[in-house]
Amino acid sequence: MTETGIIVGLEVHCQLDTKSKLFCGCSTDYRSDGPNTHVCPVCLGLPGSMPVLNKRAIEFAMRVAKALNCTVIRESEFSRKNYFYPDLDKAYQITQYDKPLAEGGYIEIESDEGGEKRVQLTRIHVEEDPGRLVHMGNPERGKYSLVDYNRAGIPLIEIVSEPDMRSAKEARKFLNKLRATLEYLGVFDSEKEGSLRVDANISIVGSERVEVKNISSYKGVEKALNFEVTRQKNLIRRGLKVERETRHFLEGRGITQSARSKEQEHDYRYFPEPDLRPLQVQSWVKDIVLPELPDARRERFIAQYGCSLNHARTLTGELRLANFFERVVAPDTGLCSLAATWIADTLKGELNYRDMSIDALDPGSFTRLCQLVKSDTITDKSAIEVLRVMLDERRAAHTCETPIEIVNRLNLKKTSGDASALTAIIREVIAENAKAVEDYRAGKNGAMNFLVGCAMKKTRGRSDPKDLNREIALALKPVDV
Amino acid sequence: MAEHTIQFAPLDRCHAFLTLCKTPVHGDGVLAGIPVAVKDNISTQGIETTCASKILKGYVPPYDAHVVTLLKQAGAAIAGKTNMDEFGMGTTTENSGFFPTTNPHDPTRVPGGSSGGSAAAVAAGMVPMALGTDTGGSIRCPAAFCGCVGLKPTYGRVSRYGLIAYANSLEQIGPLAGNVTDVSRLMQVIAGYDPRDTTSYDRPYAHMPEADIAGLKMGIPEEYFGAGVDPAVAASVHRAIDQLEALGATPVPCSIPSMAYALAAYYVICTSEASSNLARFDGVRYGLCADTKKSWHDAYREVRRAGFGTEVRRRIMLGTFALSSGYYGKYYAKAQVARENVKKDFTRILSDVDVIVGPTMPTIAFKLGEKADPLSMYLSDILTVPANLAGIPAISVPCGKVQGMPVGLQVMGRPFEDERVIDVAFSYEQVVRS
Repeated sequence: MTETGIIVGLEVHCQLDTKSKLFCGCSTDYRSDGPNTHVCPVCLGLPGSMPVLNKRAIEFAMRVAKALNCTVIRESEFSRKNYFYPDLDKAYQITQYDKPLAEGGYIEIESDEGGEKRVQLTRIHVEEDPGRLVHMGNPERGKYSLVDYNRAGIPLIEIVSEPDMRSAKEARKFLNKLRATLEYLGVFDSEKEGSLRVDANISIVGSERVEVKNISSYKGVEKALNFEVTRQKNLIRRGLKVERETRHFLEGRGITQSARSKEQEHDYRYFPEPDLRPLQVQSWVKDIVLPELPDARRERFIAQYGCSLNHARTLTGELRLANFFERVVAPDTGLCSLAATWIADTLKGELNYRDMSIDALDPGSFTRLCQLVKSDTITDKSAIEVLRVMLDERRAAHTCETPIEIVNRLNLKKTSGDASALTAIIREVIAENAKAVEDYRAGKNGAMNFLVGCAMKKTRGRSDPKDLNREIALALKPVDV
Repeated sequence: MAEHTIQFAPLDRCHAFLTLCKTPVHGDGVLAGIPVAVKDNISTQGIETTCASKILKGYVPPYDAHVVTLLKQAGAAIAGKTNMDEFGMGTTTENSGFFPTTNPHDPTRVPGGSSGGSAAAVAAGMVPMALGTDTGGSIRCPAAFCGCVGLKPTYGRVSRYGLIAYANSLEQIGPLAGNVTDVSRLMQVIAGYDPRDTTSYDRPYAHMPEADIAGLKMGIPEEYFGAGVDPAVAASVHRAIDQLEALGATPVPCSIPSMAYALAAYYVICTSEASSNLARFDGVRYGLCADTKKSWHDAYREVRRAGFGTEVRRRIMLGTFALSSGYYGKYYAKAQVARENVKKDFTRILSDVDVIVGPTMPTIAFKLGEKADPLSMYLSDILTVPANLAGIPAISVPCGKVQGMPVGLQVMGRPFEDERVIDVAFSYEQVVRS
């Protein structure tokens, strides 16, 4: 799909990973507990309760502001956004409106044309998450909704970008960079369910802009934007106008749907929250010490471990991946390039496939697995098999055998050293594939690949294709009479 | 702490109470065993708290307001919850969602409001002291009409945690009692910093009233004796000022030009905040129950229509309008400017004088039903709202009678000089008593 001529801006909401909620002392660690168990008069919005600002949340947000090069405003302010909805306990959300915590700033991403590109930020502000509705029942027996206020009052940071992105891919890169930065700052955990929500503004150059709300995953952003680009381009192609509207992203179906007509658009009646004093925290900025951020770590990985740019980018693009890599190579720096390839290319894919966190895997085991590959004890193919077994066992039982145990149990040790075993297998292959042998002798190169494949099958991948190739060629060498 | 109970079964002729606690428990402390009535918009754990609104019927708070915790710690016995104008919106206590309270001095007259139940309970001798709340005069007005003493503390001096908000930026909880000494005693218990109310200040009150006011300069604003103020009430207040002068205070004529906009600014701000504060009453979590078979917005509409009284609905509509996009700048933002001007005027005057003195209310207590027109009721708040806009302390102390009905003398002071307005009221009270 061609994506030229599109303009994308994002509003990203992330839950700040504080211990307690934004305006009360309730714990934010609610995901494994029953509904309405992490609540108090304040986050339930009981009559008479009052908000008390969680300083830690503000400090977290200011770390983000500093890391993203934003300007913290001298005096910012909380406002009420008024609207009725059953998940909104007070019927208003305490947020920031015309005096946000910070303004400006930028995020550097790799542009589609190659090279670095700056996406400018408009603002950063802090607000509270509403509760959550759980829709129950079926059409026959009546639909109803249950409300859970555990999430009500969880601190959110909203990062608003300028419309500086030119493709869905750039939007994805922006999000990845933002996520990595927030994780490096220790203020965000992307693995917590529902910790990220995105609203995307997208337009085709010269047309009205459409806001897509409700995107709750990283992949969803790219999907939703691609859907919108196609939809909007089709409209224009048919000579129709793109309406300026708000649309919802339906994650399951991968489509967007018109949300509401203009008549029903909310008037949020913002006004300053009278129960909280204005925020004067500009002076905190100088005391914030930033940790190593993704770009710096990427450069260090290249310099210190000799990673390729792509591997370094992938590894440092996620905090957990980068930490994992460093733990794997710490005991054995000779593994750097092997481990980088295996983590960035293989492990990441296997984890994604299983929707698993890298936390499930112990870096020490992975070090030992890499060592088995490096010492030529097992082939790459066997190593993948061992890794899969480890992951599957971890997922099922939170524990797994050591790589060498798996290798022994499945008899995956490379067979190259054992020449007699190999010779027997090759003899079998030659005997069973007379046609291919003939072809090979007739000079058909494809025949050798076929024979090697047959031999690989017989050794269940334990032998090195190079060895097999050499041995088969040797066995088929015309015998001097 | 030892727990005791008292028997509390007074005859409630003027319908001051919504809830009576007949055998309240109490502990030891400076208010040990003293029955204290609490206005029904202050949360009391285990005791129904309705703000005199049908929409909160059946709501029993799971927690105590900070002031109630402090009362209990001081050994007070919570005697019951007093009637009020629904959510504090009114000047007569006729806007209660349940029944009106009458004036102990004349059952055909209102007790004032919105803390009418608390003032009537004190004036009728049912309790020696009570808590009220004052958003635009709601402690001082009923104190004046019922002939008791009522203090609106400096904004931030008393925690609002647990006070069911009507207009957060204006209101304060404060004491009502039969005399200044008891008001001061109650203030000692309830004042001070509360981390749960971040607008509260660490300014505890530990003061014994003193009668010596020699050398005090008292501003007499012309606006407090202008059109709309009953000449008989004005005369009564002038006599009180003369007596204060005799005690050594010097009257200084002054003017508060911003008062021309004070009432308008007040009603824009309080209705705006109210429209947001009262939005949470939707029948989902407590109080009147929403019909769960309906779509949520239909259910909300029905509950709110059934649960809120006329005056409350009127103020929600006014505030919703004032905050609407396109009107915010015209109303809310302008009201804030007017509020700043009122503050500046008071700061200016109070840099020349120590206190400002005038009548609390422009008239004596109205007849029941007399203020049927909302605008004329709003106008009667003109002398009390400036102190709320400015956030300064203001007290009302009885100063004579007109047609057999009490008149209130209002003393306003600098921010956090609640002690001084109490002293002025106390010295006046001593003269009148002797």
